[in-house]
Amino acid sequence: MGIRVKVEDVSMSFGVVHALKGVSIEINDGEVVGLVGENGAGKSTLLKVLSGTNQPDSGHFILNGKKEKFASVADATRAGISMVYQEQSLLPNISVAENILLGIEGEAIKLGTYSPRKVRKVAAEYLRRVNLDVDPRTRTEDLSFGTRQMIEVAKALAVAEFSGKPPVVLLDEPTSVLERKEIKVLFDVVRSIKKETSVVFISHRLEEVLEISDRVYVMRDGEVVSEVKPNQVSVDELFALMVGRDLTQSYFREELTNVPESSNRLEVKNLSGDGFKDVSFEMKKGEIVSFLGLQDSGRENLARVIFGALPGKSGKILLDGERYKVKNTTHAVKCGIGYIPSERKTDGVVLAMSVAENLTMSHPDEVTTLRLFNKGKMNRVVLSWIDRLGIKTPGGDTPIRSLSGGNQQKVVLAKWLMDENLRLLILDTPTRGLDVGAKTEIYAILRDLAAKGISILFLADALEEGIFMSHRVFTMKDGKISAEFPSAPGARPERTDVVERML
Amino acid sequence: MEKMTNSGKLGSFKAIISRGNLPIPALLSLLIVSAFTATRSPEFLTFDNFVQISDQASVTIILVCGLTFVILMGSIDLSVQGVMASASMATALLVGNDRNQNNWGYWSIPAGMVVGALIGLIAGLAVTRLRIPSFLVTMATWNIGLGLAYVLFGNTSQPSVKDKGMLALGLETFLGFSKATWIALVVVLFCMWLQTRTKFGRYAYVIGGSEEIAKLSGINVKSFRALSLVLSGALSGLAGSVIVAKSGIGAVQAGEGQLFLGIAAVVIGGTLLSGGRGGILHSVVGVYIMITISVAMILLDVSDFYQQIVQGSVVLLVVSSTAWRQRRPLRTVV
Repeated sequence: MGIRVKVEDVSMSFGVVHALKGVSIEINDGEVVGLVGENGAGKSTLLKVLSGTNQPDSGHFILNGKKEKFASVADATRAGISMVYQEQSLLPNISVAENILLGIEGEAIKLGTYSPRKVRKVAAEYLRRVNLDVDPRTRTEDLSFGTRQMIEVAKALAVAEFSGKPPVVLLDEPTSVLERKEIKVLFDVVRSIKKETSVVFISHRLEEVLEISDRVYVMRDGEVVSEVKPNQVSVDELFALMVGRDLTQSYFREELTNVPESSNRLEVKNLSGDGFKDVSFEMKKGEIVSFLGLQDSGRENLARVIFGALPGKSGKILLDGERYKVKNTTHAVKCGIGYIPSERKTDGVVLAMSVAENLTMSHPDEVTTLRLFNKGKMNRVVLSWIDRLGIKTPGGDTPIRSLSGGNQQKVVLAKWLMDENLRLLILDTPTRGLDVGAKTEIYAILRDLAAKGISILFLADALEEGIFMSHRVFTMKDGKISAEFPSAPGARPERTDVVERML
Repeated sequence: MEKMTNSGKLGSFKAIISRGNLPIPALLSLLIVSAFTATRSPEFLTFDNFVQISDQASVTIILVCGLTFVILMGSIDLSVQGVMASASMATALLVGNDRNQNNWGYWSIPAGMVVGALIGLIAGLAVTRLRIPSFLVTMATWNIGLGLAYVLFGNTSQPSVKDKGMLALGLETFLGFSKATWIALVVVLFCMWLQTRTKFGRYAYVIGGSEEIAKLSGINVKSFRALSLVLSGALSGLAGSVIVAKSGIGAVQAGEGQLFLGIAAVVIGGTLLSGGRGGILHSVVGVYIMITISVAMILLDVSDFYQQIVQGSVVLLVVSSTAWRQRRPLRTVV
């Protein structure tokens, strides 16, 4: 068994965040390599480097004994490496066959003329290999999500083999959106293709990784911290390796923990919406409640429905004991609800605008006089917030894109904190992609807000964050609350118990 | 090994409809409009009337075939009327006419197409190389086309066609249908072939579906987008030439009203302005709907002014009903 791809000393950083620090791994012929690590550990970045999507700052690959660097996705595919993306890359509006062979039609296009028959024939062969009984002429959008995921695999296989080189297929969390039965089919396929194809596999579900992989690399904070054989470790041991970090109280600023007031801030009764059903829970004033769940657990949509960004189907919400009928986001903001979306760069800040403009966007009344914009007032308000949250920026006029992720996120927080009537803050993975220092600062701000009586609904990015930051932890699974755990300094729920209820 | 089966089986009626290859909703609308008119005016259901509608639709059908590819890729071509104006003047001045000694005969038609294609090429290059939105670029080329037509018009009289063959093309029929109708049919068949059997046609859907995925798949998006504008220009040019044959004169106003008619037809047919969905057949049915509505109103004795109101309202209705499903309260996730 030879080494197919060797990654040597690859480093990469996004601004001040070191996503990869001197990572070296090997992928052998006919092997399934598992990659595990927390969010932000660098797994996805490593795959993006391997697939040519991102270019590392330093380091290189060795293929067939030769040093290589990929400048683009095309370079990687020419070397036989292709990736199945987390967010699906199939076009909904064309046929399955066209999707599988997109850009690699080969013989099927001659002199610009397209032979649907040939495309269909080749695609059918790949569908057979991933064990899919689907007519290649089917419009892709007519298929279920699980089936489309399998077609992604077929496509990746086709792309990798088109190079004529031994194929390597990278799977970035392919199971997070699949049902149990579909996962079984996927694993069967992986086992059947691995004779000729090397596979790199990422999953959050550790038992899956142990089941399918021949070898597992554990990543933490951008580094490979260990390499294990699945038959030599248990899920718990793997988890311990993955988290590793010294969970000192100071990291989560536990000393700032407050005691929530006794009265209810939010009561959600039998709320249903797209992706979740019959969810009921309460939140006290000044309470931090975290929601943990996998990608399809429904927690994101639950948060969006409460904020009015998605329509709810049925149920009742009470805010401070009064009926709160969500109409839209404007209404939610008026009622004192703030929301920080997960995608900071696209949904959280307007990158083209300045710090000051971003900061005052949601509450323009704070910087206007008689509904007219008041520059002096704006400067005073903005500077006071920059000072209060310790935002590192040359000034209010600075374009927000030039700030680090953590400081951008502070601006987003300030945008909501400006509202003196803020009662409930909904945070969707606010620390994603931030470095350790920035995370700690955000944690301190959140604890400070809770102490002022603001309730925080927290969709945590990582397990430990959810557990250590909250007064109570809810786990969600398949659109329902699956468990509730009280959480206090010194009396935190067990990680394994929490994970168990998420899966 | 467990097999994953799926409801994606083809052949069933439902599957054919859901694949969206056929403009089913548009055909239903056409049927409703026709049925309604037929109950009020029996002469609507005659063969002569169908010939009449097809002849009236021919010019618009020719130009929407090109426009459809542009819109499938998510761009827009607003220049059709300007292109038609200059192509009309060019054709009328090259064929035997009363203004000069030119006598190109039928060759004046491809000449009109070349004028259109060149204007389309300018637009295509501006959109893909200078990265200016097609909306702005084609608004500019629309005016360039109109200006060119005025220059050719000069300060004398409108050129009248003297060429017998050209005039016959506009007046004569073949197998009961006007020759313009047959030209439109050839264009439709050619563009159907482009749509289903060529890289250009298939990639139009890919580019309109997601330009990013197209680029990641190594598709030369720029060339195909520019090509779609060239094709649209050439076919608008052909439409202008056909108008010369039909009317016997070259006119700056040759394309008047065609932009609204064309875009309305494409949209009503079910091609989304955001790209990726629809097709040639959809647009052809769309043109038939628009023309049928105006013919119906003449038969039902509705005044011209109301016609415009009705046509405009139909477009608004159709667009909002198709957009309804895509509407989301807030763009979130992915």
